[in-house]
Amino acid sequence: MFRFGYAGAFPRDGCVVANPVARFPMPIATPFHPRTSARCVSLFYKDWAGYYAVRSYDTTHDREYFAFRHACGLIDVTPLYKYDVRGEDAARFLARVMVRDIRKLKVNQVYYVCWCDDHGRIIDDGTVSRLTDNDYRVTSSEPAWHWLQRTSRGYRVSIEDVSDAIAALSLQGPTARDVLNNVTEDAVAKLGFFKLTRAKIARADVIVSRTGYTGDLGYEIWMANDDALRVYDALYAKGHPFGLQPAGLDAMDVTRVEAGFILNGVDYYSALRCMIPSRQSTPFELGLGWMVSTEHGCIGSEALAREREYGSIRKLVGLDVDWNETEALFRSHRLPPEVHPGAWRDPRPVYDARGAFIGQATSGAWSPLLKKNLALATLVREHTAPGTEVRFEVTVEYERRTVKATVTETPFFNPERKRK
Amino acid sequence: MARYDAIIVGAGHNGLVAAAYLAKAGRRVLVLEQRPVIGGAAVTEEVFPGFQFSVCSYVVSLFRPHIIRELELTKHGMQLIPLECSFTPHLEGPGLVRWSDPNRTRREVSRFSRKDAEIYPEFALAMSKMSFFVKHIIDSPPPEIGSLHPNEITKLMGLFGRLRDLGPDMMELHAQLLTMSGVDFLRMWFEADALLAPMSCSGIIGTFLGVHSPGTAYVLLHHYMGEIDGAFRSWGFSKGGTGGVSQAIANAAVHHGAAIRTDARVASVVIRNNRAKGVVLENGEEIDARVVISNADPRRTFLTMVGENHFDADFVTQVKRYKYRGSSGKVNLALDRFPDFTCRPGDGVHVRGDIAVAPSLEYLERAYDDAKYGEFSKRPYLNVVVPSLVDPSVAPPGKHVMSIFVQYAPYHLKGGAETWPKRREEFGDTVVDTLAEYAPGLKESILHRQVLTPWDLEHEMGLTEGNIFQGELSLEQLLFLRPVQGWSRYRTPVRNLWLCGSGTHPGGGIMGAPGELCAKSLMNEGAV
Repeated sequence: MFRFGYAGAFPRDGCVVANPVARFPMPIATPFHPRTSARCVSLFYKDWAGYYAVRSYDTTHDREYFAFRHACGLIDVTPLYKYDVRGEDAARFLARVMVRDIRKLKVNQVYYVCWCDDHGRIIDDGTVSRLTDNDYRVTSSEPAWHWLQRTSRGYRVSIEDVSDAIAALSLQGPTARDVLNNVTEDAVAKLGFFKLTRAKIARADVIVSRTGYTGDLGYEIWMANDDALRVYDALYAKGHPFGLQPAGLDAMDVTRVEAGFILNGVDYYSALRCMIPSRQSTPFELGLGWMVSTEHGCIGSEALAREREYGSIRKLVGLDVDWNETEALFRSHRLPPEVHPGAWRDPRPVYDARGAFIGQATSGAWSPLLKKNLALATLVREHTAPGTEVRFEVTVEYERRTVKATVTETPFFNPERKRK
Repeated sequence: MARYDAIIVGAGHNGLVAAAYLAKAGRRVLVLEQRPVIGGAAVTEEVFPGFQFSVCSYVVSLFRPHIIRELELTKHGMQLIPLECSFTPHLEGPGLVRWSDPNRTRREVSRFSRKDAEIYPEFALAMSKMSFFVKHIIDSPPPEIGSLHPNEITKLMGLFGRLRDLGPDMMELHAQLLTMSGVDFLRMWFEADALLAPMSCSGIIGTFLGVHSPGTAYVLLHHYMGEIDGAFRSWGFSKGGTGGVSQAIANAAVHHGAAIRTDARVASVVIRNNRAKGVVLENGEEIDARVVISNADPRRTFLTMVGENHFDADFVTQVKRYKYRGSSGKVNLALDRFPDFTCRPGDGVHVRGDIAVAPSLEYLERAYDDAKYGEFSKRPYLNVVVPSLVDPSVAPPGKHVMSIFVQYAPYHLKGGAETWPKRREEFGDTVVDTLAEYAPGLKESILHRQVLTPWDLEHEMGLTEGNIFQGELSLEQLLFLRPVQGWSRYRTPVRNLWLCGSGTHPGGGIMGAPGELCAKSLMNEGAV
């Protein structure tokens, strides 16, 4: 018998641990674990930033996926890294780090951002929220405290790692707003896209931001660890009439491919972790060029300005893998076409019409909503115009073949309700 | 010159598919619908405020995936949500649920028969093989038997070639499938009554036959060959009800330039020199077109809209002989909460799929006995779905819509079909009473009730004799025999008059294939 640790690397007092390895258990549980583990009948977990994260609550993730698109899904996103940046230079400092000019960020607004090294190579992507005048919160997918710390020399700011102190839930889907309206009397109903507000849920103080990783109407709710279960219970109870389902990472992965969202460590690698330069990426290559401002002098701005002028050598694009060719290929083996159940992340090569290697598809999924076989791929520039036909690798009966795929703009799925 | 290349009579899903294909190919198309809403039997209506009913058809599976791609229907709003399981409640014991998870299904079935539990995947494999073969047949116009045209001969040879590829075992199985009863066919694998009963139901839906009647095995396959995302035997809800499918097709058609008029009832087809020239609406308006395509069933088209005198006596005889004999009704409920099933309480996952009241083969056969002698079943077979559990947009929060498909409800009631309106509420009560035996709280939770008898299906939806497939899916009415021998290729004896409804190959269900194949045949032949 053992108990899960809770918001920290060490087991809590009273935890009886016989096995010395289990004195410092990894991964650890998030504050929602008592509720999520009770519902996760599949015991299907993965390690996300050192935390247990549910992949799917049932043996398949279909129900959770459809909840995201037709009702709403509730997902524990506590493992995101969170940092509070405070002080009179906070805006100036964050503008220095981020490729987006944070000085323009208004109170109660959220920016989607990325940051680079001196050579304009991307380190990570995340969000910056402005909580009060000089109080900002940064989220990231990899630990960022040290990068923030070492770039803050000379700025009057304090950087606090609140990753383990703040629990977070993401409520995504067309009925997410109705659920929130039923648990809080605050102004969540009118909350605009990429805005945040303070609210009370089950008497707990929370921050609600209109953000997410599914490309749909959705909110993220940030709270102190101690309030986590109360907030979860309230959402769960009030969400029932609106079709709320607890959802895991597998379902979210399909939705993020539909939304064309990139993932650090999958679609690109942090510049700080690349063995060879060709593995590194730039914001422009990843389709984040829209957020790059080269005027405000961020880290890497000179390289970024050069790239803006001369263009990038590669570009991340969407691929729509041709179904008729896929079907015909399988039919030649007298098989019905097979699709990977859920999203995949094992990279696959992409070729041009003559069979020359032109890049790699790094993640993809069959979209049950769009009835399309989708992929995100980084290709050399010559083959990235929408409508370009490329060859995508498909394995049929152990044999590697290719089928046609068409370069498509992302997002593949972009409902009006996301912004409205 | 005619204003339109094609007029399509009836905005059912097949008529809309035909319209979309023609419009996409640049033809000028007008769709005329007698009702104020489009969709025909694939329709969603807010019958009671806040509750969106899939009034007639209620689940989607057979819709051809290539039509979705070719017409880009997902872009035009088509969204399908798969059903998770099939639940058969019992009065005693926990009932039976067949899940999408094979291990879970095995455990469930092994309570009734260990053999059945383990042979289930073998059966699924055989059905998949057959579906894979049948797919070619339903996705192309039927072969013309006896034709010496090289194209036809090549096509037949191709078909035999595919059949040969299946191997002798599968060929035998096909012969058995075409001739056996649903129960006998299933007995080649299964033994448990509790499993045979709900499985054999797929073989009687929409036909006036019992589960032991020969020929029902084919109908079983007809319900198995549906595919969603490449997986056979998967059924789904349409977002916003089955009208959502029709609406998406209509959006595609309009996007390509087709015009759709509702509240426009066609009184007759204008025929000059044995050629269709257009239609006359009930208000007297005449609209001319190069071709007229009827989405109505054969009897309504040939005998009501055109008239017997335009056809040979032999043809008319065949049209009249074509069987409808509607055998089912529909009850739609608005509920203020989800009622508990005694055998498995709570609104868990088991009720998110379809719920079949078919506890035993004897139950089903007795239900048929009533129907044989002109009565609706005292304890009918019910197929229940609660789409609001999966798609909350169709009901107010916390409330639900329940759709109940009821068989048997014979159109030819003792005392005549016209006695149906008088017995409508009695029929509704029977259905509710039957379901309430399994879910005792049901009656108290009903806010509103809509009862559709075969008579209502005929008079409100335009389905002759209330047959949901525009004619039974029995072997003598399929393939090159549907609807009439010699006229299975969507053409009719009247030039420029075409059929595109479920009364043509490959038949009923929200499939879209008749509409697609009609439009393609018509353009291949250069009719427009």
